[in-house]
Amino acid sequence: MLLRRCGTDALLVEVDSLTEVAAVRAALHGLDGIEELVPAARTVLVKGDLHGIRAALKTVDLTRVPATHPREITIPVTYDGPDLDLVAETAGTTADEVVELHTAATYEVAFCGFAPGFGYLTGLPEVLRQPRLDSPRTKVPQGSVGIAGEFTAAYPRATPGGWRLIGRTGITLFDPRSETPALLQPGDQVRFVVA
Amino acid sequence: MSRTVRIIRTGPQALVQDLGRPGNAHLGVPPSGAVDPRSLKLANRLVGNPETAAGLELLLGGLAVEANASCTIAVTGPAVAVRVNGRLADSHHPVHLRAGDTLEIGTPGTGLRTYLALSGGVDAPEELGSRSTDLLSGIGPDPLRDNDVLELGPPNPATGADVVPPHEAPPALVIPIRLGPRDDWFENAETQLRQGSWTVSDRSNRVGTRLGGTKLNRRDGEIPSEGMITGSVQVPPDGQPVVFLNDHPTTGGYPVIGVVDPDHLRFLGQARPGTEVRFRPVDWASGSLT
Repeated sequence: MLLRRCGTDALLVEVDSLTEVAAVRAALHGLDGIEELVPAARTVLVKGDLHGIRAALKTVDLTRVPATHPREITIPVTYDGPDLDLVAETAGTTADEVVELHTAATYEVAFCGFAPGFGYLTGLPEVLRQPRLDSPRTKVPQGSVGIAGEFTAAYPRATPGGWRLIGRTGITLFDPRSETPALLQPGDQVRFVVA
Repeated sequence: MSRTVRIIRTGPQALVQDLGRPGNAHLGVPPSGAVDPRSLKLANRLVGNPETAAGLELLLGGLAVEANASCTIAVTGPAVAVRVNGRLADSHHPVHLRAGDTLEIGTPGTGLRTYLALSGGVDAPEELGSRSTDLLSGIGPDPLRDNDVLELGPPNPATGADVVPPHEAPPALVIPIRLGPRDDWFENAETQLRQGSWTVSDRSNRVGTRLGGTKLNRRDGEIPSEGMITGSVQVPPDGQPVVFLNDHPTTGGYPVIGVVDPDHLRFLGQARPGTEVRFRPVDWASGSLT
């Protein structure tokens, strides 16, 4: 674990894996005096009272994520994405098998970014870990469900994007007027089901 | 009866802004809020509002509004001409409007952003606890258009006349910066920052102040996306730094060579294209910025 200074009131905690990211996030979550806590792929950005933060980081055990009671979220998906056949071909299997693999796994929201409510979900089966498209789309429709590298995600709104799209969901992923604006938050458990 | 004002013309850009919605970066939501929060807070105080009330942030002034009810207004930011029914009034001072009065704000001679506070505050719907327009994410009210009608909240009793100084927007800035978190991507990061010089690009906006000038030499490649705070100085492969302002993305993959102290960001947020910028790296050990 490496602590990198980030201005007068923030630290960038650098670790080696998503598991360690989850451990650091869990150790700091709910601590008094924290203004922002932003997990990412190999880092946790934390802004706030640096004394308390440094003290909490001294005792963090990176090898295990403390047991929590994550929220469980189910996302219904219509699997008719424009890249479904490409994904099946790359995986050396059929489109039906891709759907079975994608719906059988349990995912965790590792972090959010890119756009409000865009959650990066880990837990993708090995054969579905595939590269981004060579040429990103200028507009990915709202609700598109895609895969890229070790992640799967659903697009909360139409944005440019290079993920391989396997389906779409009608669920609201981000509503700024809602009490809980983002459907997905770091630490949540997610399953996809056929709509 | 509700109190409203009608926008006669917006000028180049008129946005509803308060102090933003920090604390939501883990959801991918930028902090947003006034780029020069000091000027917005002062304007609010002049009209008896809490500092957190929503007002308007105007790019290069140019706004005209008609009051549909009696209200007190104040215009802050850089020095600018203010007219009520065509007659010159004071900026940086509370001004009373009667129902039917027309307020016109000129173009400031220096600086970028003018703030207008109205007694009672702009009563737009809150999104994630703020009324600010976030131009990156599309959260908050749409940018204002001609003929929009703005609801105002209930006014507080006047606090008595007060005057505040205008924002000074000098033609050249020296900005304190603290190295890190990714200064190790740069050879002699401190020297490169201290010896370089830049000008503010006309591609700057509320996402960031883009600088053009000395190329900052960095390693090739990208970092797996990581969290970014306001004030981060991100360096893309072309070596031209971008200082993140209030509507910045919450994560990014380019290395951040240093972070500008929050108290100095408003000077970049008020800097017109062409403003000269130099950085002064601040020693971590000294602790305090001067």
